[in-house]
Amino acid sequence: MFGYEFYVDPSRCIGCRSCLQACEECATHRGKSMINFDFIERKESISSAAYVCWHCDEPTCAQVCPADAIKKGEDGIVHSSLKPRCIACNNCVLACPFGIPKMMIPEQQMMKCDMCYDRTSIGKRPMCATVCPSQALSYVRPEEIAYRREKPTNIFYFGSQKITTKVYMMAPAEREAIALDVVDYMWEENHDLVATRE
Amino acid sequence: MARAPVSEEILKEKFGPHLNYKPPGGWNDESVHPAEKLVKTHCCFCGQQCGIQLKVRENRVIGFEPWEEFPFNRGMLCPKGVKRYLQGNHPDRLLAPLMRSDQGFSPASWDEALSFAVSRMREVQDKYGKDAIAVYGGASLSTEKSYLLGKFARVALGTRHIDYNGRLCMVSAGTAYKLAFGVDRSPIPWSQIPKAEVLFVIGANIGDCAPITTDYIWRCRDNGGKLIVADPRMTPITRNADLYLPLRPGTDLVLLMGMLHVIFRDGLVDREFISQYTTGFEAVAESVKEWDLRKVAEMTGVPPESIEKAARWIGRSKRAIMMHARGLEHQSKGVENCLAVLNIALATGNVGREGAGPTMITGQGNGQGGREHGQKCDQLPGQRSLADPAAREYVAGVWGIKPEELPQPGYSAQEIMNAIHSGEIKGLLSICFNPLVSLPDANFTREALSKLEFFGVIDFFLSETAHHADVVLAGSLQEEEDGLACSAEGRVIHWQKSIDPPGDARRDSDIIIDLAHRLGRGQFFPFKNPADIFEELRVASRGGVADYYGITYERVDKQMGIFWPCPSLDHPGTPRLFVDNKFYTHDGRAHFNVTEWRPSGDPINEEYPLLLTTGRVVSQYLSGTQTRPNNIRSKTETGSR
Repeated sequence: MFGYEFYVDPSRCIGCRSCLQACEECATHRGKSMINFDFIERKESISSAAYVCWHCDEPTCAQVCPADAIKKGEDGIVHSSLKPRCIACNNCVLACPFGIPKMMIPEQQMMKCDMCYDRTSIGKRPMCATVCPSQALSYVRPEEIAYRREKPTNIFYFGSQKITTKVYMMAPAEREAIALDVVDYMWEENHDLVATRE
Repeated sequence: MARAPVSEEILKEKFGPHLNYKPPGGWNDESVHPAEKLVKTHCCFCGQQCGIQLKVRENRVIGFEPWEEFPFNRGMLCPKGVKRYLQGNHPDRLLAPLMRSDQGFSPASWDEALSFAVSRMREVQDKYGKDAIAVYGGASLSTEKSYLLGKFARVALGTRHIDYNGRLCMVSAGTAYKLAFGVDRSPIPWSQIPKAEVLFVIGANIGDCAPITTDYIWRCRDNGGKLIVADPRMTPITRNADLYLPLRPGTDLVLLMGMLHVIFRDGLVDREFISQYTTGFEAVAESVKEWDLRKVAEMTGVPPESIEKAARWIGRSKRAIMMHARGLEHQSKGVENCLAVLNIALATGNVGREGAGPTMITGQGNGQGGREHGQKCDQLPGQRSLADPAAREYVAGVWGIKPEELPQPGYSAQEIMNAIHSGEIKGLLSICFNPLVSLPDANFTREALSKLEFFGVIDFFLSETAHHADVVLAGSLQEEEDGLACSAEGRVIHWQKSIDPPGDARRDSDIIIDLAHRLGRGQFFPFKNPADIFEELRVASRGGVADYYGITYERVDKQMGIFWPCPSLDHPGTPRLFVDNKFYTHDGRAHFNVTEWRPSGDPINEEYPLLLTTGRVVSQYLSGTQTRPNNIRSKTETGSR
């Protein structure tokens, strides 16, 4: 929107959680952070990854919603469920391959990242990507991302499901798409802990 | 007797720290009562000094908006910066002076509290002499307040003993840079970092302690730069290090001398630079001969091939930047450690040229500006030496006193506490310092504080140290008073006043000026506003190394910061030092300094069988007086998936 795109690069993340803190300052969901943040206890690892909703071109969350409560706007933004329609069934939470939707129990409503709709819809940058100190979350023009080591892709394969998204993932330059299969990460008796197909 | 009047538990219940996560009025108040104005200012926490816009309504800070035009951070903020707006309306905030009583602390009028403080300070000085009172300052104070405090101690109280919390921070780095270059400032602005071919980061947990610097480092890697990280702990930036040197705690000096050994051995020195612009090279080259790779690897635990690789990458690079912070400096060998980094920079000629140079990552909010203008025990404004007769004469002239009236250099921060413990110092006035938490050996400090005959504290929260005070003067937050600060880069920036102090709290500078007047020294403190203080500071710093004469609030606002030295009103400021290979030393050259290894003062023995090291987390700042009440860490953990 307004010439900007959203880029996520977990390899830049320092786990500072600035995005989590800034997200709840956004006017569309005050006090509730919609960032998805993965980390391992610091004593074990410095790994961490912050990400937002990928805003799929064909959102699985909306496809599985029995109440038709999840809508994608013409600008590609997939919104939180419509409160009057949402039956809090959790289908979207279970179906989203990225694990994005959050079930808010007190509100009985699914809420998720709407890319700071109050800000991005008027040309401002979303809170998380504006403050992110490592720019693991970036909301910039494509030419500003072109100089990076990693290159953007928005094609994902989850098993046989191909998903294209509005938000880009930064990946090694030679990768055109990011392919994940749950089976690759399942434990089998003759493997140590996690196994990959390679 | 400055013991806590009632138990710690009772004080904590009343004065905190209590946790507070919500903006004033609750999360949805802003949609009903929007901000009246946005104030362009800076974060109140670390030395990065990120630009931020505070949302203000009815004399309250109610939120923030990123300030994307400010060139240093371009809108970026760490979680402390995001939540810094919560501080002013915190329920633990001190809103009136407090006097100790048997029941704890009770609110008092300003007249009562200040009269009491002044009469007690006079009593102590009459009984034991001028130097029986000490003053503690801090580097979260604006440059104006730091300057004012130095003048207050020396002119209003007439004591030798004033020092500040930066003594525990990075004075060792400042000392090293003064020995090598004659100036205590980062030689480079951060815009140089992405231009480097090699970044060598030692003892600096950048991801947690200087988060905004991370993007500069990642941009350097995007440009093809290599990142070397030396740290006993794997800190967040290590995840993208091209080379990680996992050294044993306290062996930094050995590692650095080993790297210098390789640089000399392999002939990776810049002979032209060394011969034209430096002194002391031969002695350093001789001194590191003994530090061969085997010995260094055995002591540090770093593989010899990694040490060799690090030295060669730096030695063969035309543009290497060495970054260090408290990990290197918080050691009994802090000065030597920093000198060893500077020796590497000088030997390889990585000083003064584009995309090259050593830099210290200053930690405190005004860690740089707060150590330039006289709140250090041996310093006068402009980074002048208090022992230098010419400097004494000049500053005494600016202050309107005789040079001989200026006290001689006094004790440093820990020495002051030692002298309190031994009974030599009987009274203490402390602002912006929480020594009970930050000085080593809290039991010793607590004992010392209990011996004070007078203890006054200026603060906005009741810190652990303030529990021991006789009187607590409710001061101001960063956003409640105009002032300048100097960031880690050497960029002088403007803290805009956003609101007035709430309740009966007063501006720190007003409190200090009022005390000076009540001590009968009012004619030397005719200041009405921080701007008046700054006008005098400009003149007092004129001709010094840290020359602020050409800096004005208006210029700082217009240029979004000015790098000192800035000797005249038409001078653009000095982002990069030493571009002409002229140094601030007496001979104009940079100096190599021989460093000598000595073992830790706390060796492992039967009584202390473990070797521990310290580390920091992104959510806290300094002793935590300001950040523990908004404990971001526990909040984010419940907020994560």
